[in-house]
Amino acid sequence: MPPEKVAPLMTLETTVNGRPVSLPIEPRAILLDVLRDRLDLTGTKRSCDSQVCGACTVLLDGTPVSACCTLAYEAGGREIETIEGLAGPNGLHPIQQAFVDTDAIQCGFCTPGFVLTTKALLAENPRPTRAAIEDYLGGNLCRCTGYWNILDAVEDAAEKLAAVSPHPQPPLPSSRERGLNGPRLSGPRGPS
Amino acid sequence: MLEPFSMHQPRSAGEASAMLSHFGEDATVYAGGTELLVVMKERLAHFPHLIDIKRIPGLADITYDPERRELIIGSTARHRDLERSPLVRQWLPALAALEASVANVRVRAAGTIGGNLCFAEPHSDPATLLTALDARLTLTSASGTREIAMASFITGLMETNRRHDEILTSLAVPESGPRTGVAYERFKLHERPTAAVAALVTIESGTITDARIVAGSVGARPQRLPDAEAMLRGQSANESSAWLAADLIRMEVETTSDAFESEAYKRQLARTVGYRAIVAAIRQATGADGSRHAA
Repeated sequence: MPPEKVAPLMTLETTVNGRPVSLPIEPRAILLDVLRDRLDLTGTKRSCDSQVCGACTVLLDGTPVSACCTLAYEAGGREIETIEGLAGPNGLHPIQQAFVDTDAIQCGFCTPGFVLTTKALLAENPRPTRAAIEDYLGGNLCRCTGYWNILDAVEDAAEKLAAVSPHPQPPLPSSRERGLNGPRLSGPRGPS
Repeated sequence: MLEPFSMHQPRSAGEASAMLSHFGEDATVYAGGTELLVVMKERLAHFPHLIDIKRIPGLADITYDPERRELIIGSTARHRDLERSPLVRQWLPALAALEASVANVRVRAAGTIGGNLCFAEPHSDPATLLTALDARLTLTSASGTREIAMASFITGLMETNRRHDEILTSLAVPESGPRTGVAYERFKLHERPTAAVAALVTIESGTITDARIVAGSVGARPQRLPDAEAMLRGQSANESSAWLAADLIRMEVETTSDAFESEAYKRQLARTVGYRAIVAAIRQATGADGSRHAA
C-alpha cells in the first residue's frame, strides 16, 4: 500500500507508439516524466517546462500537446506518439529525412518537437503555404538554426509525403493571413 | 513534480458543484490544465482535490440557436474546437480567427474556453472579444443556475464573480447584427498579447450609429471604453474618425504596471491596435473587405 499522504494510484491504460501500455501512476504524474523515466523514451525533451518552447511536444490522438504540462492521466484511452515512433524498419520517416536533407538540425534538442509538430501540420494541411508553416510552428523554439532550414525542411517533407501518398487539398490560410498579429518565426517584417 | 492530489470525475455539473462544496478550498475545477498546472508546478497554489469536468456529457458542445440568433458554446470546448468549428466560422468568424491565434497549437489543443475565462488572466484573448460581443455566461451549482454578462464576470486580476461551488457550463454569444463589423487586433511579442482591442461598429448610410470598444491585456481586466464609443457615434465611417477614437482610447484606458512594459507604452499600443481594430470593423461593416457583413 502506498503511504497515506499519496493519493490513490490510478492505472494508466494507453497506447504509446502503437504499443499498449498499462502502468500504475499517481494522478499528479506528468506525461513527460512518465515517458522519459518510466518508459525510457528520452527523445521527448524538457526545456522551458511551461508550454512555450515545444521541445516536449508529443502527439495525443494526432494533436500536438506539451508533455511537460500534461497530466499522464489525460493519455488514458488515447494514443501517444513520440519521436521514437516515427522511424520504421526501412529507415527514417520522410519528415525526419527532410530535416536531415535540408540541414535543419544543429544541436538537435528542439528537433523531436519540430518533427512531431510538422507531422500534425501536414496531416491537417498537406500542402501548407510558407505563412501557414510559420504560423503552425510558431510555438516551437530553436536557438541554433535561425529557422530558415526548418521551414525548408517542412516544405521538403510536404513534397516527400505527397510523393508517397498524394492528397490534393487546397492550403488552409494561416491566422496571419487572416490578419492577426501572431508570433514570428522568420524575423521582423514591415508594418502590415 | 507536483504535490499529490486526488482526481475526481463528476458526471454532471451538479455533482461537480457538490464536490466543490464538500471539499471547500481544498478543491478546484480542472479542465484543460494549461493555466492551473503551471500555477501548481510553480508552487503558487496547491489543491489536494482536482475536479475534472471534461467527462461531463455535452459540456463541450457548440450549437447555434436560430431563434435567439446566438452561438451556445460549452465551457470545456477547447480553443482548437472553436477555431475549427464550422458553426463558429460561419456565425462569428472574428472569434474563430482569434481562437486560431491563442498562444500556440499545443495550448489550443488542451486549453478550454471556460478555463480561460474563469482563470481571468488579464492577457486573455477571448475575454476581450467576448466582452465586446456581449456574451453571457451560465453558471450552475447544486442550488441552481444563473446567467451573468461577460462584461461583469471578470472583476479584477484573476478574479471573477463565480462562486466557489459554481461551474461555468456554457456561454451564449449573440450574432452581431446587420451592417456591423467585428474586429480584434493585438500586439504581441511573446505568448500573450501586450495590448489588444476588440471593436464592434455598426454603420448606417456611411455614419457610425453604434460602437462597442473593449481594451484587453493592458489592465487588470477587459474594459469597455465609453469615451471612444461616444466619439465614434455619429461620425463618418472612415480612418479619421478611427484616429479620433484611438486618441481617446489612449487617454481613458486603465493600465497596470508590470516588470515588462511601462504604462505609457501600453497606452500607446492600445491606441495603435485600437485604431486598427476600428478601421477593420468599419471595413467589414461596409463590405470593403469583401466579407458577408456587406451593407
